[in-house]
Amino acid sequence: MDSSRPSDHFDSPAQVSGISQPKLGFVGYLRFFWRQLTSMRTALLLLLLLAFAAIPGSLVPQRTSDPNGVVQFKTENPDLYPVLDTLQVFNTYSSVWFSAIYLLLFISLIGCIIPRTRFHLAALRARPPRTPARLDRLAGFTSITAEADAAAALDSATSLLRRLGYRVERFGSSVSAERGYLRETGNLVFHSALVGVLIAVGLGGGLGYSGQRVVVEGQKFVNVLGDYDSFNPGRFFSSDSLTPYRIELNSFDATYETENPNAIGLATYYSANVTTTDENGNTGESSIKVNSPLDIGNSEVFLLGNGYAPVLTVRDPEGKVVWTDAVPFLPQDAFLTSVGVVKVPDGLAKQVGMIGLFYPTVDTLDSGALASTFPGLDDPLLTLRVYTGDLGLDDGVPKSVYALDPIGLTPIAGGASDVDSLELGIGDTVEIPGGLGTVELSGVKRFASFDVHHDPAQLWVLGFAILILGGLLTGLFIPRRRVWIKVVETEGSNVRIEYAGLARGEDPGLESAVTDIAARHSKQLGLRLNP
Amino acid sequence: MTEIFETYSVIAVYSALAVYTIAFIAFTLDLARRSAPATATVRTGALASASGGRATALLERLATDTPSDTPGKASRPLQLAMGFTVVAWLLHVAAAVLRGLAAGRVPWANMFEFSLTATAIIVGVFLAIQFWQDLRFLGVYITGFVILLLGIASVNFYVPISPLPQSLQSAWLVIHVFVASLGTGFFAIGAGLSLAQLLQSRRELTGAGPRFLATLPSAASLENLAYRVILVGFVFWTFTLIAGAIWAQRAWGRYWGWDTKEVWTFIIWTIFAGYIHARATRGWRGSRSAWLAIVGFSAVMFNFTIVNLFFKGLHTYSGL
Repeated sequence: MDSSRPSDHFDSPAQVSGISQPKLGFVGYLRFFWRQLTSMRTALLLLLLLAFAAIPGSLVPQRTSDPNGVVQFKTENPDLYPVLDTLQVFNTYSSVWFSAIYLLLFISLIGCIIPRTRFHLAALRARPPRTPARLDRLAGFTSITAEADAAAALDSATSLLRRLGYRVERFGSSVSAERGYLRETGNLVFHSALVGVLIAVGLGGGLGYSGQRVVVEGQKFVNVLGDYDSFNPGRFFSSDSLTPYRIELNSFDATYETENPNAIGLATYYSANVTTTDENGNTGESSIKVNSPLDIGNSEVFLLGNGYAPVLTVRDPEGKVVWTDAVPFLPQDAFLTSVGVVKVPDGLAKQVGMIGLFYPTVDTLDSGALASTFPGLDDPLLTLRVYTGDLGLDDGVPKSVYALDPIGLTPIAGGASDVDSLELGIGDTVEIPGGLGTVELSGVKRFASFDVHHDPAQLWVLGFAILILGGLLTGLFIPRRRVWIKVVETEGSNVRIEYAGLARGEDPGLESAVTDIAARHSKQLGLRLNP
Repeated sequence: MTEIFETYSVIAVYSALAVYTIAFIAFTLDLARRSAPATATVRTGALASASGGRATALLERLATDTPSDTPGKASRPLQLAMGFTVVAWLLHVAAAVLRGLAAGRVPWANMFEFSLTATAIIVGVFLAIQFWQDLRFLGVYITGFVILLLGIASVNFYVPISPLPQSLQSAWLVIHVFVASLGTGFFAIGAGLSLAQLLQSRRELTGAGPRFLATLPSAASLENLAYRVILVGFVFWTFTLIAGAIWAQRAWGRYWGWDTKEVWTFIIWTIFAGYIHARATRGWRGSRSAWLAIVGFSAVMFNFTIVNLFFKGLHTYSGL
């Protein structure tokens, strides 16, 4: 927009066309497109387009925030999926079209900020302009005729306006004053801070990382690349930015509502109690809670999930332990009915896979099915479906530790077999059908799933956000205005004092400000205001 | 004690709804009276000239032609309507406070409570704004809107009190949601003014429209009022966005993740940013910017209802 105008200047109505335009050369066209891009109208259209373009990302699951939703969408809409995927709708906010809109918008914004900053810097040094000849055509015009000394009236007008925060200049028998330069400053700070946020977000995302790790009570996690379950590095990430600290999960506390009949089982408190060891070997105790992450080694550790990890031991028929582990089971519902998988490829006569369902507080539904009725560990039960056959672990293809595909395997307990699922309480040992061996549930531990984040620019983002808010407040609510006081000598010892103002941008309080100045000034001179 | 408070809270909600309905009827009677030719006060002359403002300075001067500078005597139904609104609002606030006392926390942790408190804040903003400008002609719109929202919330969204999940146990719940509701209140009034502006400018151009418009400020004045109200809403909304980001950083480990609710909050912010720029853009002042204000407020309501109830995301606190 025109840099010599205040931000909220109201253009005059469009001119009637019919102007013959000169032929534009290459540079001329560049200049023309730059003018178009940095015009207010284009900026407004881009802004509205940006709002519109953000909508699809809220209608369709996004890979960044809901990857499972995308997979589900694909199976539910096999025809629509490839079309939307080509259009990058599942990555709306990093898609080419969305990026194009906001990049153009920000180029337009920068093209607006730079000339306006230059102009404003000049305006900050400039003196108030000459007093207009006819004040009666301006806002809040007030005129007083009284017996007073012209020079004294001008002096007191100058000091009054100075006291009110105006920049004052004398022009002959008049005073010209301007105030509210902070309005444009705030406006420029606001818009520059928007650019700052964009850059800081980009840098933070590029230089940072986030990683996830499930830790069972008693286990340790070390902040090195290989110790993560999943890891999402930024574009410019280098593994040097990982500080090698260690976190050991000592215990995990969970409190569930037991009193309120409408909220039985609602989790009201989680705390992962950990021992931390920083890179220099200093240890400390802390707890990681929801809404209260742990700050350690340039990163923050968040508690994002938790569940149960039954401790299982598999023995061969001779009683030799062939496999033992605390297996994290993934929660399926609010009462923590959880699913987990055990794969025993070696040590038994056949490869054995088990799909377990864990009920922390088990109950039998009317249908005969089992269900958990409370997330606390009141009456735990583990059921196992057991399969034999090739688990596919020797193919060299990575397999999820949380899933077991029973296709191609032979059920020997539960599922399609004629034997019931194995059922174990804590401390129970049961035989695996077919004389393969035994499985024991020796205890149940809790696990916590941690999210580790490093974003070197997030404080910058916060700083720019605060500037945005501050710039908005000053840019919108500080009025920029000019005020003139003119003293005209009339016949005899009388003078006529004229007051008027001019708004520069939105200024609904201008008239009352001018009349207020007139009233104060005449009071200072000991005059009574004659309407 | 908890149950007694909870019951009294429900009684207060339904009483408030009843009194709001009476106020709504009285506001409607007031508009009907304004439409009656005999009592219509003719004050178009002074104000119509403002609609064709030519340059910045002159326009700003005329912009102060607001209804407050001709404080005509309010009709009896209008006085009654305002009285009933105040009574209903006190009941409404009592309902929210009792709900909070019963729950031992702020009364905005699920869909019913959001609706209860947000509508109380909207009416609070409407009442408070009367000290600044006489906007009582919006009474039908505001009470109608609140009856609808509060009624739906009480009948369809009601859930018994339950404790806060840990993710909501944060000071940001108090700040973030309260300021968002405050912003919504200003946007609601801004949209009402813009609606009146659209009707008024149609009347000024074609003479069509309900007759009570003659007693309302000119389209240009309505536009200026809407603009000033929406500016305040926009500042609150910006704050909501920033506070939400700070909270999201603490609770979810990232300040921005394009969660559905975040997306819609961003969309609303962008629409109103557009609204503010529209005023300085040739060809966008007037009815077009009024439409933006209405679209923006519709997006707020969409975010509040449809996104809360039907969209998948992290802000799943409706409790339904």
